[in-house]
This record gives sequence, C-alpha cells and structure tokens, in this order.
Amino acid sequence: MNDQSRTLLQRDGTKTILASLISIVIGLAVGSVLVLAVGLSSDNLGLSSAWEGIRLIFLGLFSTGRNEAGALSWGFNPQSIGNMLFRATPLILTGLSVSVAFKTGLFNIGAPGQYLMGTLATLAIALGIPSTALPSPLIWLLAFLGGALAGALWGCIPGLVKAFLNINEVLACIMTNWIAANLVTWFFDATKVFQNTVENTKSSYIYKTAYGKTLVDGAWTYVDGNGVQTAKLGLDKIFPGSQVNAGILIAIVIAIGVYILMTKTTLGYQLKACGANRHAAHYAGINDKRNIVLSMAIAGALSGAGAALYWLAGNTEFFWKTYQSLPTAGFNGIPVALLAANHPIGVIFTGCFMSMLNIVGLQLTNLTAYNEYITDVIISVIVYLSAFSLLIKMLLNARKTNKPAAIVDSGPDSLPEEKAAAEDSAAKGGEQA
Amino acid sequence: MRTMEAENIIEMLHITKEFPGIIANDDITLQLRRGEIHALLGENGAGKSTLMSVLFGLYQPEKGIIKKNGQEVKINDPNDATALGIGMVHQHFKLIEVFTVLDNIILGAETTKMGFLQKKEARAKVEALSERYGLKVDLDARVEDITVGMQQRVEILKMLYRDNEILIFDEPTAVLTPQEIDELMATMKEFAKEGKSILFISHKLNEIMAVSDRVTVLRKGKYIGTVDAKDTDKQSLSNMMVGRPVQLEVTKTPAQPGEAVLEVRDLCVPSRGHKKNAVNHVSFQARAGEILCIAGIDGNGQTELVYGLTGLEKSSGGAVTLCGEDISHASIKHRGQNMSHIPEDRHKHGLVLDFTLEQNLVLQRFNEKQFQTHGFINRGAVREYAQRLIQQYDVRSGQGPVTTARSMSGGNQQKAIIAREVDREKPLIVAVQPTRGLDVGAIEYIHSQLVAERDRGRAVLLVSLELDEVMSLSDRILVMYEGEIVGELDPKQTTVQELGLYMAGAKRMDMTEKESEGA
Repeated sequence: MNDQSRTLLQRDGTKTILASLISIVIGLAVGSVLVLAVGLSSDNLGLSSAWEGIRLIFLGLFSTGRNEAGALSWGFNPQSIGNMLFRATPLILTGLSVSVAFKTGLFNIGAPGQYLMGTLATLAIALGIPSTALPSPLIWLLAFLGGALAGALWGCIPGLVKAFLNINEVLACIMTNWIAANLVTWFFDATKVFQNTVENTKSSYIYKTAYGKTLVDGAWTYVDGNGVQTAKLGLDKIFPGSQVNAGILIAIVIAIGVYILMTKTTLGYQLKACGANRHAAHYAGINDKRNIVLSMAIAGALSGAGAALYWLAGNTEFFWKTYQSLPTAGFNGIPVALLAANHPIGVIFTGCFMSMLNIVGLQLTNLTAYNEYITDVIISVIVYLSAFSLLIKMLLNARKTNKPAAIVDSGPDSLPEEKAAAEDSAAKGGEQA
Repeated sequence: MRTMEAENIIEMLHITKEFPGIIANDDITLQLRRGEIHALLGENGAGKSTLMSVLFGLYQPEKGIIKKNGQEVKINDPNDATALGIGMVHQHFKLIEVFTVLDNIILGAETTKMGFLQKKEARAKVEALSERYGLKVDLDARVEDITVGMQQRVEILKMLYRDNEILIFDEPTAVLTPQEIDELMATMKEFAKEGKSILFISHKLNEIMAVSDRVTVLRKGKYIGTVDAKDTDKQSLSNMMVGRPVQLEVTKTPAQPGEAVLEVRDLCVPSRGHKKNAVNHVSFQARAGEILCIAGIDGNGQTELVYGLTGLEKSSGGAVTLCGEDISHASIKHRGQNMSHIPEDRHKHGLVLDFTLEQNLVLQRFNEKQFQTHGFINRGAVREYAQRLIQQYDVRSGQGPVTTARSMSGGNQQKAIIAREVDREKPLIVAVQPTRGLDVGAIEYIHSQLVAERDRGRAVLLVSLELDEVMSLSDRILVMYEGEIVGELDPKQTTVQELGLYMAGAKRMDMTEKESEGA
C-alpha cells in the first residue's frame, strides 16, 4: 500500500513539473512565432535573422556573441549565467513570498509593496549608518534584517485587515502597494541625503550601497568603496564579469528553510491548516486570525529580504521616483510561484528561469535587431499559462481516464467514495469471505 | 418483446464500469418500470452513484447496454440523457448561487426569440408547474438566499421544466428536515401517479419502505437483488445491503448517571440571521455516564447552542461550567481540554479535506509533546498514532494514514472524526448529528461507540434531528424549540408522537420547575 502511494505521489509531482514545462515551452513558442512574424514583415529583418532570434530565445543563456564570420556562437557564457543567478535572487524570494501565502490560502499580490518597503529600510540603514561606526558586515546584516522586517510589517497590514475585518487581502495588498510606492518616493525626496550627487550624470538615483557614509573634512559625504557589498565568496571567479554574489546562496538557503518550515514544523502545519480550511482550523482551537497575520508577515519578510539582497549587492542603484510604478521583481514573484506550483524548492528553479528570460532579452537586443520587449511578451504568455498550469495538469490527468468532464461534474465525493470503497472491498475481501 | 417495451421504460443491462484498479459497477442490471418508484439501496460506495452517472451520461460503461422502451440507446453526455427525458437531482445541487431561481430553472433550456430570452413564457410555465405540484419557490430570489429545501424544489422544477419523464433522485433526503422529507415523498408519489418513473437512491430504510414500489440492492459494486417493497421489511433489506445481520436497534443497559460534567445556565447565543437570540436563556446539565439528547427540528437553535458551548461562536449571556470550571469566555483550545466535539458539518469543521488522514487525526493534538519536538512535527509518532486509530476504529481508506481525507467515503471520514474525538478521552463528548448521511453499518458502529463512551463514564451530549436516533440512543431528551428548551422527556416513557408535539412547539413544559427538580 505504502509503496503504491509513493509512486502515486511521484507521478503527481511529475505531472506538476510537466505542466509547468509545457507552460514554459508554449510561452517560448509564442515568443518564437512573434519573432518570426516580426522578422518576415519587417524590411530590415528577414528569415535568417528571425531564425537567429528564435535560437536566442531558447538558448540565449549559452550565447557567446558572434564569431568573426558574423554567425552566432555558442558555449558556456559565465557572464550570462552569473547575471542570471544574480537577477534570480530577488525573484526567488518574492516567489517564495507569494507561494507561502498561497499555501496558507492567501493571495499575496502585495509583494511589490513589501519589496519597496524592504528597499527603503535596507537603503536607509546601509547608507544611514556611518561606515566607521560599525564593522561593515554588521551594517550589512542590520540592513538585511531591517529590509526583511520592513517587508514583514508591511505584509502584516493586509493580514490584519483580513483577519479582523474580513477584508479581502487582494484589495488591501493593491492599496498598500501604491501607498508604499508613494511613501518611498516621499522618503527619499524629503531626506535628500541618500540621493546620488557624486555621479552627476545620473538623476533620481540613490547611492549604491558600495558608497559609505564617511566624514571628510568635517562633512558627511559618500565615498565609493567605503560602503557594504554582499560577499562574492569566489562566485565572481567562477562567473567572471557578472554581478553574481553570495545573495543567490542565501536565497537558496532561505528557500530550503521555507520548505522545512512548511512541511516539518508545527507552525507550518498550523499555517497550512488555516489555509486549507480556516473553519476546521478554528474548530480545532488553532488561532486562525493570528495565523493569517503571521503568514502575511512571513510573506512580507521574504519579499523584503529579496529587496535587501538585491540592493545590498553594492552595484545596483535604486531609482527613487517610483511613485508611478511598482517593481517588477514583486509582481514576477507570482508567475515564479505559480510555475513552481508553490513548492519552495521549485521556486529556486523557476526564479532562475524567469531571470534567464531577462538575459535572453539582453542577448536579443545586443546581437540582433530585435529588442528585449520580445521577452516581455514571453513572460506575459507564461504568466497567463502558469495560471493555467493546473488546467494543463488536469488535461494530463485526463489522458488516463476517458472522461475528464465527468469527474468534475459528478461532484467531489462520488467518484473517490466509490473508489475508496471498492479498494476496501478488494483489501478486505479475503477476510470477509 | 412488445410487452416488455410497455412495462420497462429504462433497462440497464449488465452494466460494468471500472475505474483504474477497481470495479465500481460489476455486471449490474436494473429495470425501471413505467410509473414506479424504484429505490436503489446500498451502502456508501456500493456503486449507486456510479450507476446513476452512467444512466445520466456522465460515465461510459465498459460493458453493458441501456435500453429505453426496449430500444438500445447510447448516452454520451447529460444532453443525451435530457433528450431521452432523463433528469437527475444530484446529491450536491448543481445550481448557480448568484442566479435567481427562475434563471437556474431555465438555464440550458432557455426559450429564445431571435436570440433574446423569452422569460415571460418560461415564467408562466414554471409557475404552472410549481402550482400543479405544490412546489413552492420564489422565482425571483437568488439561490444563495433560499433554504436547502427550496433549492431542492428548484432542482425538481428544473427536471419538470424539461419535461423529463424519468426522474433520478440521488439521496434527496439527506439535507432535508422531517417535514420537507414528508413533502418530498408526497410529491414523488404524485409524479408516479402521473406515469413518471422515479429512481430513488437512498440508504434510509424508512423512506424506502414508505415510498418505493420496488427496491434494487447493490453491495460493493455488485447486484444483490430486486425485491418488491411490500414483500420485504427493513431488517431483511438492511441485511441484503450490508451482507450480514445488522442491529437496527441500539442495545444498551440503563444509564447510571453520575455527577454533572457540564452545567449550562441561562445561555444566550446571538443569531447571525436576525436580531433575536438563536439560543435564548437555555439551562441544563449533562451528567457523566448519560447520553443527553437535544432534539428538535433543524434551525431551532441547536447549532448555535453547540457553537456557544464549544466556543465557535461567542455567547451573549449566561454561564457554561465544564468540570467545575467556568468556560463561558474561554478559547476553543482551552475548552478542548475537557471537551471533544464531533461537529455537525464534517467538511466545514471536522476535516481539512486536503490534508492526509494522519494529519487530520492530530488536528487538535499536533502541539502535544508526543507529536512534536521543539516545534518540529514528530512524523513517526504521528504515523504510529494514526495507524493505531485506523486499526482500532476500523477507518478504511485507500492508502492508510497518507490518504487524502477528501478521497475517503463519507462514512469513513466520519469514522475518522469519531476516532479522533473519542480517543482524546475527554469527560464530555458533544456529538452533533454524528450519523447524518451514513449507512446502517456505519450508524450501528457509531451508536455503539457512543454507548461505550457513556459506559466509560463520559457525558455525551447528542444533538440529533432523526427521531429514531433520539428515541433509541438517548437516556434523557431535551427538546429545543425556537431557541428555548421546551421539554425534558424520558425516552422510555414518551412516544414519538409526544416528542413531535414538543418539537413543533405545540406542547411546552415549565422548565424552571424541572430545573429545580434536577438540582
């Protein structure tokens, strides 16, 4: 019996993965069709450049540019892979944020707001503490924890509103997103000190965290190299020329931590019980209100941590006039989570995949006459399809049974009931006879 | 052959339907005569629903044929079934909650003129039908706002609107109050008199005996036999259904009540629907070693009383004392220290359907020392515990402890809840309709469990809508009517008729006297 169930579970898992892969392939295929259509209809493009574009969509990560003959060359491209890992870091964390909420029955569309609040706290701490006041690893840690905490607090708001006033978390999340966007802009506008004035070619950017607050001739100024940066841990040697740092390792560790939390602990059990059936959890004496707030806080902390890891890299700069836009890293957490079927370990891979599309977009821009907006189309198709991945899974299931609609129509109970009973009779038949 | 055609409107011959690994219907033959009420009897999982789904076109059988009026027909989907005049009221209604009653009735069979709905014609037809059969519905109410009984009438009207002549009722009484059941029975008889043929799925023997002409019994996917209702009785039907002699009556020794475990004084619980109290100044005691039953017609405050006792709802007045401790305002968790609760709605409260059986069995206990260390769930201990309960309480499921609760049969889901609640070994067991929707075998088992718990000195507070259950299981009966306790009866000295009068509010005792007697 036990072995049988295990293979069943495995089969179910396989189907989930297969459904996600199908979504991805369809997304890439649609992108290819688009490339082809644009290539054929444009005067300065053609079939050959369309073919190049399509190959880049599928294999852009392994493109090494063009050789002397002008043809696309392929191979291990450490820069692309390193950058993919770097850009995957925040996506993995916002993906975890969305998936934790999903597992507990909540739709955390507030990841962008939590990400922004994490950004605000991280930058304010990293740039606000004089670089001589504390050792830089400690500043890094404080900034990281501050970012996570700010995200958690911001995530609490929709949680509280949901738990105590029964207001849908989606509405509250959307509102808090825009409040965060305006709050962040207001903060950096009002404080002024964090605005980058050293590199005057740039306007409306905040200092990179590599800049440290330093006392020079009795005045506080920002000096490059005095600030904090996430350690590279030799990753820059493996992937030379890329932005990669230890953040990706931290993200993976956090993902494993979330997996353990959700599957092995009593807290995860409670959170999932509340998500799967709030009434039953309440009946069993589990504090469902507390768990709703807690799960949104955990989700918020993950988004905030994602922001912290991104900005603490030291080589990223924040455009602070963000009141009209929300960070895509936040929203892209949703397809990352959906593609991974909310599995924390799966999120690591889908996060990398989404950032790979980003790299593909860059390669398209650099190497062909196409631009990176093609990848936006691919991402959006995948976003749609990831919502359908359940449907795809159902279709995969349907290949086994001859009539999928019947199972849906006949109500949730009837088929499994018969099945369970018949299995019983098979198992018990011997004894009773 | 000619005569057969006239007699049998539907014949399902040698139907076999397999699901991966199991045979849900194994060579089943069912012949439905014109104008008869034909009951299909069997335990949960016997294959009744599958057989009806085959007839309604939801499943395709691997073997066997279906004939209508002697002609072989192919039913590929519910549209084919409708075209053949077959209609079905499903156990879980198929209504769109936010649509009005009228919209639901005409949905899929709309009369249109040039693409525009002709609701007036439809309304006239529905009104005529509703009048003719006494099926009272409010055509303009939204389905989500009407009672379950009315929803069922909507489902019946749907069939009539489509001029169906073969009507399938899948466990139609499971959700109804006793009065509504009587009305439904009368309506069914009316249909049969008019020449409509009715297939009636049930495992309630009383109803089958009251209404049906013939009974076909299935057991574990196999055809057992077809008998005339007038030539059989409840006992032999239940033996056929279960495959062994079943005890329909509860056997128990006289109760030996001890001290009061639960004391309720002037308890008030507000109603969600209206401003009046759903539970209005209710006082009683439940004693150790006794089964105290709260009887009453559904919706007279029993649900809210239990919510108030268990903490699911806040009480607005009065005091509840459990084992000498005032728990009027205690949390559910705190109350759970001395109380276990078999909830009324096993899907809403009793189980997390997407959790496994073992996860469900520790729903209240996962935080206990034996099941966790430093916040990490001790899987081995949970598995071991689940296996013990499964064995001890004979909870059957496809994959043992790791079965998803959703995939279990209703009877086994309920057994799992009973196992969990009884095994917590609390002085008070609150059991709300513990046998609702279950078959005789499971009912027999659950009743014996409750009696055993009583004999072990626990107080059992039973809330039941089934008069048979009330009369046979309880040691003392309190009748609730409109949120108040209107009578205390001894099941040995009262009759069903007298009980019915109290339940309907026609009779009433002065309870203040009774209380002082008890104290």
